[in-house]
Amino acid sequence: MDFSLSTEQKEIYEMVTKFVKNEIIPVAAKYDEESIFPTKEFKKAWELGLVNTCIPVEYGGAGFTTLDSVIIGERLAYGCMGMNSSFMANDLALLPIAIAGSHEQKEKFLKPFTEEFKIASFCLTEPANGSDAGGIKTSIKDGGDHWIINGEKMWITNAGHADLFVVYGTIDASKKHDGISAVIVPGDTEGIIVGKKEDKMGHRSSDTRGVKFENVKVPKENMIGKPGEGWSIAMKTLDHSRPLVASSAVGGAQRALDLSVQYAKERKQFGVPIAKHQAISFMVADMAMKVEAARLLTHKAACQLDAGIRNTETASYAKAFASDSCMQIATDAVQIYGGYGYSKEYPVEKIMRDAKLIQIYEGTSQIQRLVIAREVFSK
Amino acid sequence: MNIFVCVKQVPDTETKVKPNGDGSFIETDAIKWIMNPYDEFAVEQALLVKAANSESTVTVIRVGGVKDTEALRTAMAMGADDSILVEAQDNLDSYSIAKALKGAIEKSGKDADLILCGKQAIDDDCLQVPQVLAQMMSLPSVAVIVGFEQDGEKITVKREIEGGAIEVYEVNSPVVLATNKGINTPRYASLPGIMKAKRKPLQQLSLADVGVSDDDRRVKYSDFQLPPEKPAGKKFEAMDEADAPKVVAEVVGLLRNEAKVI
Amino acid sequence: MAKVLIYSELNKGAIKPVTLEILGKLTGQEAHVAVIGDLADEQVKVLAEYGAAKVHKLKGDNLDKYSPEGYTHALNDFISKGDFDYVFAGATSAGKDFIPRLATSFDAGVASDCTNFLFEGDTFHGTRPLFAGKCLAKVELQGPKPHFVTVRPNALGMPEEKTAGAGEASEDSVNAGEIRAAIKEIIASANEKLDLTEANIIVSGGRAMKNKENFSILNEFAEVIGATVGASRAAVDSGYAEPSMQVGQTGKTVAPSLYIACGISGAIQHLAGMRTSKVIVAVNTDPDAPIFTKADYGIVGDLFTIVPLLTEEFKKILD
Repeated sequence: MDFSLSTEQKEIYEMVTKFVKNEIIPVAAKYDEESIFPTKEFKKAWELGLVNTCIPVEYGGAGFTTLDSVIIGERLAYGCMGMNSSFMANDLALLPIAIAGSHEQKEKFLKPFTEEFKIASFCLTEPANGSDAGGIKTSIKDGGDHWIINGEKMWITNAGHADLFVVYGTIDASKKHDGISAVIVPGDTEGIIVGKKEDKMGHRSSDTRGVKFENVKVPKENMIGKPGEGWSIAMKTLDHSRPLVASSAVGGAQRALDLSVQYAKERKQFGVPIAKHQAISFMVADMAMKVEAARLLTHKAACQLDAGIRNTETASYAKAFASDSCMQIATDAVQIYGGYGYSKEYPVEKIMRDAKLIQIYEGTSQIQRLVIAREVFSK
Repeated sequence: MNIFVCVKQVPDTETKVKPNGDGSFIETDAIKWIMNPYDEFAVEQALLVKAANSESTVTVIRVGGVKDTEALRTAMAMGADDSILVEAQDNLDSYSIAKALKGAIEKSGKDADLILCGKQAIDDDCLQVPQVLAQMMSLPSVAVIVGFEQDGEKITVKREIEGGAIEVYEVNSPVVLATNKGINTPRYASLPGIMKAKRKPLQQLSLADVGVSDDDRRVKYSDFQLPPEKPAGKKFEAMDEADAPKVVAEVVGLLRNEAKVI
Repeated sequence: MAKVLIYSELNKGAIKPVTLEILGKLTGQEAHVAVIGDLADEQVKVLAEYGAAKVHKLKGDNLDKYSPEGYTHALNDFISKGDFDYVFAGATSAGKDFIPRLATSFDAGVASDCTNFLFEGDTFHGTRPLFAGKCLAKVELQGPKPHFVTVRPNALGMPEEKTAGAGEASEDSVNAGEIRAAIKEIIASANEKLDLTEANIIVSGGRAMKNKENFSILNEFAEVIGATVGASRAAVDSGYAEPSMQVGQTGKTVAPSLYIACGISGAIQHLAGMRTSKVIVAVNTDPDAPIFTKADYGIVGDLFTIVPLLTEEFKKILD
């Protein structure tokens, strides 16, 4: 089993690292402090092909494997997990179309994203339904030659800038999972009311809002798959998106580790660099082990998907382990920096604030454990 | 126009450089090899000239060892059309490298209209190859260029000299130009570009193929060493105004003669 | 005894010091100096004082302005008539540019930017830095002669003892040949202030500057030594300097060859921004200020006394 990256993957890794060093890292602290949406960086990333990695070649995409997109995601998150949330949200929204959309839908909705810089939002969570996604209330009613959408979504990434929304609703709430359906909603459709920008603990450069749909009408052709197929489309999407989100945690964790190593070599206490004190060096050793383990789990989840092997279990392992590890590693990084770590002048407290969200979105760490336990006990 | 760009792969600036066991070179095991930073400006300039001249091609040439991530592929990912690798050790001297580049250009069958190089490679810092190459090929050369303008065959370039002054040269192609930082902003290799570069031609030649042998070496290195340790800081008392002029004179003298920074 | 030619450049009619540094190391060899154009008698005397046996004034058309091809051809013309073992030049802009062409016209090699050398009998052995100075190596030349060497100005230092030479001056006629790349015009340096992150020399002021107006002392100093002015966070927070001038953890990270910290204590946040400076000079009234642990040269004194003195001293030495 060869764990090494291919030559192209190494080149991709180098190129994204360079982009992040020159474009992302210099502005990350400011965008976080002032909650600035990274339009410029997002567009530049799009021009260089770093965004919308899920679009297949037939529709203008670059032809990346899941492993390729996971490598890109890790390096982007290394620069800033918040900005990467914005970039990654495009893929989270487009994935259902790429996985289950018709040829006409892919032509109509995926291709334009390769021709022009566009932003997308993926809408599942509602104010009263997060982990209990099966109970979403947003209704999708049959209006004859169109669907009518009514409901409220919450915590929607990119909402303030989206050109396209992919919305999960239900055609019949009593059917629970079997009623859930997914529809594509162009951003300029009448009736979409975007709420105020949420003031968040981390990922502050990411634009997150509530979105109300009031009698929003979309053509019948905009439903992905058939009515009631939404839940299974969502599950298939998660097999792709969980490794992506996990890679974000890996990138953030790696950054926290690198910053800790750098500081521990320079900061002297009791006459020696703190790296020489076992209390610190053991912390760093634990951090290093966790990052690599998280990376390997993420890569495995991605490779299984690329090989056509069911990766649901591994994807959950990766997402849970990577996000939990990232939180621990970021916290330890602040600890290693001591007083300076607590100050906004130093970059580690931001990583700690950003890390928290990854344990929450895309399926909380608790939901992941439900999934994993179910898989383990079913065997 | 047939444009050639000469690039070198060198150790990353952040790499810890250590003499090897017998002092014959540096240890190369843990080195991260990158495209010589000054060459990025040369590649970018070549691409800009290509865009401004219809039916032009950019061929990138490198003389050195086979590498994991190949700088030639990065150049092709940026937009170069094809590339040539002359496989050789990484510590050839400037004369041998220039001769190999000349051989590769001649072997390509294309008449060079423009040859671009970075002004220096950050491994040996010799600043010779562009000029040696030009002399070998009987071409004019202008080095350390920070500005480029073209009007048909006539090329106007700005050369940076000491003190920040600029010499403006006019020369007709063909010519060899060596780029300095600031002449342009090198583009990133886009990811689709990286994928496309896989299918662009990379021809591999040997030194013998381009007419170079061990006899071509002119400069021999030995006894690689780390520079002497920086001496401990010196502190001077000058709270008494009477002492100040003497102390200042001494420190300025040290800055010139000991630290050699002015 | 080796027959050595030093190509010498002039600065406003005066021999550039690097020539004298090289001559100082050629005691025991037959040292010739060549200049392009004319040379005043007292300059010839200076060369003789430092050991030049012969001084050659090379004259020809199209040599009044520098050109790589013209100088190459002219020097080739002259060198071909003699039988020099070595040709030296300062590693100046021009030296670094045409010496490689000149050497190649003899199929010979160049040991460039040497920081030291000696002759063992009549064989040259040099030392030069590689990898941006992270390594030093011994360098020797082989193959067709003459062998060429360029020497980094100021690296050898002026000789402590001088052995005079005959300094016999003569004129030689040389041909510049066909010049295809010619200088159309020269644009003097605009003396633009370099950005902090690009600056080669930085002078920074700290809280001890006391007010915004006092930064003019640093501006004057910077003007003389070609530096960019920076500031510590304390100075910026107190309104003495613009935020864009801040060097440090939340300011700019800089890596100049020379960093002069005036009235800066050297808190860890400031050090984070400038610790990779090649040479650090600190001026502070507090002998226990942390900056002194990082400074190569520390002056315990009042910056308001020291900085004007530095300005004067630098003015003297740079003229």
